[in-house]
Order: sequence, then C-alpha cells, then structure tokens
Amino acid sequence: MAKMTLESLRKLRVEQKEAIERRDTGDKSIHIIVGMGTCGIAAGAKEALNVFLGEAYTRKMTNVVVKQTGCMGLCHAEPTVEVKMDGMPDTLYGKVDADVAKKIVEQHLLGGKLVNEHVFDYPARDIHKE
Amino acid sequence: MHASLADILSDLVQNSIEAGATFVQVELTEEDSQVFFRIQDNGCGMDEETLRRAEDPFWSDGKKHPGRRVGLGIPFLRQTAEQCEGQVEIHSVLGKGTEVKAQWPQNHLDAPPLGDIVLLWVLCLTFEGGYGMNIRRTRQGGQGTSQSYAIDRVEVSEALGGLDDAGALGLLREYITSLEEEIG
Ligand SMILES: Nc1ncnc2c1ncn2[C@@H]1O[C@H](COP(=O)(O)OP(=O)(O)OP(=O)(O)O)[C@@H](O)[C@H]1O
Ligand code: FES
Ligand SMILES: [Mg+2]
Repeated sequence: MAKMTLESLRKLRVEQKEAIERRDTGDKSIHIIVGMGTCGIAAGAKEALNVFLGEAYTRKMTNVVVKQTGCMGLCHAEPTVEVKMDGMPDTLYGKVDADVAKKIVEQHLLGGKLVNEHVFDYPARDIHKE
Repeated sequence: MHASLADILSDLVQNSIEAGATFVQVELTEEDSQVFFRIQDNGCGMDEETLRRAEDPFWSDGKKHPGRRVGLGIPFLRQTAEQCEGQVEIHSVLGKGTEVKAQWPQNHLDAPPLGDIVLLWVLCLTFEGGYGMNIRRTRQGGQGTSQSYAIDRVEVSEALGGLDDAGALGLLREYITSLEEEIG
C-alpha cells in the first residue's frame, strides 16, 4: 500500500460519504458497543472489535457506529458486546470472540436474527445492586 | 494475562483517559533492539500513597470493577519489565498528571511480542470524549536509520469528520496501516 497522507485520507472520506448518500441508507444507524475492561481484553475483546471494524468496512456498512466502553462488571461473560438497532431488541451478547463477532454481523446485523447461544440477559446486574 | 506490548500500552493509555486527561502524548520507539515507550498525560495524577498502591497487583481504586478490586495495569508492566531485564519509571503529580516510561530489550526471551500496533493506535484514538492525543512512533530500519511517523488525534478526526462510524474507523485503520508499513 502506498503511504497515505492526511490529504488522501480526507479525499477518501469524501468519496465514501458520497457513495453512502447514493445508496441512501437513511439514518438507521446500528450501534455496537464492545466492553473493553481488563477482563474483556484478556478474553479477546480487541479481536472482536477488530472483526466488527473490518466487516463493517469491507461490507461498506457505514451506518454502523462501533464504540468501546470500559468494564461492564460482567467478568465471567467477557467479552461482552451490546447491539442496538432499529427493528431488533437491544441485545447484550456474552463471550464474543472473533468468530462470534462475525456471526453477529451476518446473523443479527444483516439477517435480523439473534445469535441465541450468546445472548446474555443481565442477571448479574441485579446481583450487583444488592 | 496480557500477551503483547500493544496490550500493555493500551491499558496504560486507558488509565490516562480514565484519569480525565485532556491530552495524552504517546511514544513508541524500537531502536538498537530495545523497545522504549512513554505515556504522558495531564489527568488527575496520583499522590505518593495512591502511586504506591497502584503498584500493588491486589489493588484497584474500586470505582470501576464492581466485581473485583484488583487492578493489573501498572503491576503487570513492572513484572514484564523485570522478567526481561528492563526498566520502568513512573512520575506522577496530584492534580497535574502522570508520566510512565518503560524500556526493555526486544530480543529477550521473556519480552512480550509487539502485538498489533495498528489496532493499538485505533483503540487509543477512539476512547470516548474530546481529549487530544499525539502519537509518535519510531523504528530503526535495516540500515540503521530511524524512521518515524506522528498521528495527531485532532488532525485525523478533522480529516475524517469525526471518529464515530465504522466507515471513518475503517479508513483510519487503512491510514495507520500505510504509515506502519512505510517504516516497516
Ligand atoms: N495515568 C494515571 N493517572 C491517574 N491515576 C492512575 C493512572 N494510572 C493508574 N492510576 C491509578 O492507579 C490505579 C490502578 O491502576 P491499574 O491500571 O493497575 O488498575 P485499574 O485501572 O483500576 O483497573 P484495570 O486497569 O484492571 O481496568 C487506578 O485505579 C488509578 O486510581
Ligand atoms: S473488566 Fe472484569 S470486572 Fe471489570
Ligand atoms: Mg487500568
């Protein structure tokens, strides 16, 4: 790859935005929040995040917002990933490694179906409140 | 626990962001088969007592991890440096900021691998909030000459119109990959 400059970066971004406008995905954005606490990172959260970035980029899903957040207090279920999008319930996934991340993109984001084996439904939150 | 130098670095930068830093300077240099890095922030800093406790692997300030009271960042850095005959220096002033410096021989048997540097910078640049960050990366090539690049968070963020969506982050990754290849 040739060395990119800030100028070429800016240009690519403009082209990318024009392409999105032509496709008109509306503003139905998808939010993916990856828990990057120490436990999450040790369990592979970075690899999962990298898959989300790579998949969204190569599939040109530019309406995807990928965010990292700190510890979610759910050590035993790390890496945890929260997915929010129109037409689907807000979902927290647990034990998301690179393969599961790929599955979430294909099944949840594109297919509109939950990845059931990895859905995590907050029981730990109530325990922490005690 | 941690596998790579990139993991250790992102942990330390995360500490800076968590300490409320509005500016973080990060340096990573590979030279004469040594690896050197430095993280300087203008976050809340630590008094001597806090710094002493931060060195203790069985202590974390308890604000973050509801499920545990064990922090791993700084003690793990110390342990890694010790096992490969390297050095760590930490300076911190309460209310002013913190500087962490470390160095070790890269070819030492117990030295951690470098890890994914491109992903490291993407992670460092995309924590939440409006902080500034300057990254400086230097590497000595085969002929002994050093090459380096710098990334400024404000500049890349401005070029990409924000660092939120996957489109921008994908391009950021391409950009950093090209810089990294250039000095490779
Ligand atoms: N750059 C910094 N500025 C101010 N305080 C810091 C800094 N780095 C570490 N500390 C203090 O030292 C404590 C221990 O840090 P350490 O990284 O070991 O654990 P942690 O951040 O609490 O948890 P973890 O890194 O495992 O998520 C922190 O909780 C914080 O109070
Ligand atoms: S990262 Fe596991 S409890 Fe915080
Ligand atoms: Mg930490």
